[in-house]
Amino acid sequence: MSIAETMIPPQAPPPAPPKPYTLSRFLGSVTLGIWLAVAVGIFLTVVNGWDPEKFSRYGPSFLSGLGVTLALVGSSILLGAVLSLPVALGRMSKNRFWSWLAYAYVYFFRGTPLITQLFLVYYGLGSFRPELDAVGLWWFFRDAWNCALFTFTLNTAAYQAEILRGAIQSVPRGQHEGAAALGLPRGVAFFKVILPQAMIVALRPYGNEIVLMIKGSAIVAIVTVFDLMGETRRAFSRTFDYQMYIWAAALYLVMVELLRNVWAWLDARLTRHLKR
Amino acid sequence: MSGLLAAIFSGLAWVVSIIDPFCGPVGVFRMFGSGTLLACGGTGWGDEIAYGFLVTASLAIATLPVGLTVGFFIALAKQSKERSLRLAANIYTTIFRGLPELLTLFIVYYGLQILVQQFLAGIGYEGPVEINAFVAGMIALGVVFSAYCSEVLLSAFKAIPQGQYEAGDALGLHRGATMRLVILPQLVRIALPGLGNLWMALLKDTALVSVIGLPDILRQTGIAARVTKQAFEFFGLACILFLILAMLSSIAFSAIERRTKRAEMGR
Repeated sequence: MSIAETMIPPQAPPPAPPKPYTLSRFLGSVTLGIWLAVAVGIFLTVVNGWDPEKFSRYGPSFLSGLGVTLALVGSSILLGAVLSLPVALGRMSKNRFWSWLAYAYVYFFRGTPLITQLFLVYYGLGSFRPELDAVGLWWFFRDAWNCALFTFTLNTAAYQAEILRGAIQSVPRGQHEGAAALGLPRGVAFFKVILPQAMIVALRPYGNEIVLMIKGSAIVAIVTVFDLMGETRRAFSRTFDYQMYIWAAALYLVMVELLRNVWAWLDARLTRHLKR
Repeated sequence: MSGLLAAIFSGLAWVVSIIDPFCGPVGVFRMFGSGTLLACGGTGWGDEIAYGFLVTASLAIATLPVGLTVGFFIALAKQSKERSLRLAANIYTTIFRGLPELLTLFIVYYGLQILVQQFLAGIGYEGPVEINAFVAGMIALGVVFSAYCSEVLLSAFKAIPQGQYEAGDALGLHRGATMRLVILPQLVRIALPGLGNLWMALLKDTALVSVIGLPDILRQTGIAARVTKQAFEFFGLACILFLILAMLSSIAFSAIERRTKRAEMGR
């Protein structure tokens, strides 16, 4: 026992000062209280309006709507990814004509609402029926699902092309030069050196794009595709039960949050070599 | 008083009719569209579509200040020291960034209707209640906009060094004055590109309001397309009108950006 401790006996730490009751604390309690009230209200309406007959009738259709939404988003994202590569290359091309064409494509699809594009394809191409019949494409554009897939693919290709272009241009010049110095052919250098580095940069925007597509895909309900939103609208128009929208909202929220968390995990996993 | 208001409104309507780019004296439809489907007046769809353009633009412009203000306060709440406040703000953004805009619109439109109906039934009024589609659209789009806006502003807040707040304290400014005179001007400069993107998204989202019956560009062109059976032309026109809006706003934004950057130009 040292001399200091014998002369000054150890003491308990002073009590923590009382937390002042600030305005922000008050506001926080109030807003949390509002959320709690909303949650309880929604819970009560769901419990009060619970109807096993309705659940057994509309539950499966909600699930099939969810399947339609996921299939539509998944296939349009994949097809859009394929289509975005030439568009991104066109955007970066030194050829005036190609870069202008790709720019016009991207500007059109990013500058107009998705719903307008969908109407243009679904209703607009319908007025070219004889011509489409002549080329044998009418069977494709007759179906609302195909029209939605077509529009979404073109739309997401424009966005993905911009993501890809930004990511490729963010790879430092030295990487190109290094690949050239090693004598790699340009194709190999692009796919083995540039693209992997670009993909890491592009990962986060790609996740955002998928979330945007999931949310944007709700509009296909208006052109009679029975996705999650379409099934919700059908169920609501038959029952006038507000719960249907709450269920749809919960499903959409779960989908988006799941994707966001998976994507955050993926991002952390793939960039762990970049952590200092 | 009401006479004065009526006079102001009729004067305003007259000014709008003079500078109307579509059906005014020097409007596009008036000069090139007469005799076609886009003629102004009773024979064509020009004036209806021009009205839709006005509705779309005014909806977006009316939503912007609401969304910006709410988003600003949510950004403040998100960086507060108080845990409960942060949690509440995060719940708000998680919900409204995760829901499709169309679903938010329906929830607000039908939900408000039910709430108002129940409230009125509570005070003894039984009757049909109709919510104004413009107001419902403004609320739904404003809520979505504010959720995204709070994220943009939050990251802009994080880019402002702590020393700026301390400098405000050292000058003896109280907190509101520090915010207004020191932080906000820098915040606007940093957040402007992000806010520009959000504005573009807002413009595009206004097209959804046609679904609940607001006569915006898409609804007016849709009616015209159904009546005339020339869907491709009219929906193409709708696309062009939205592109014009996007171009106008990108011009406006680059002007604002140049103006906010003028402090940095000398260096």
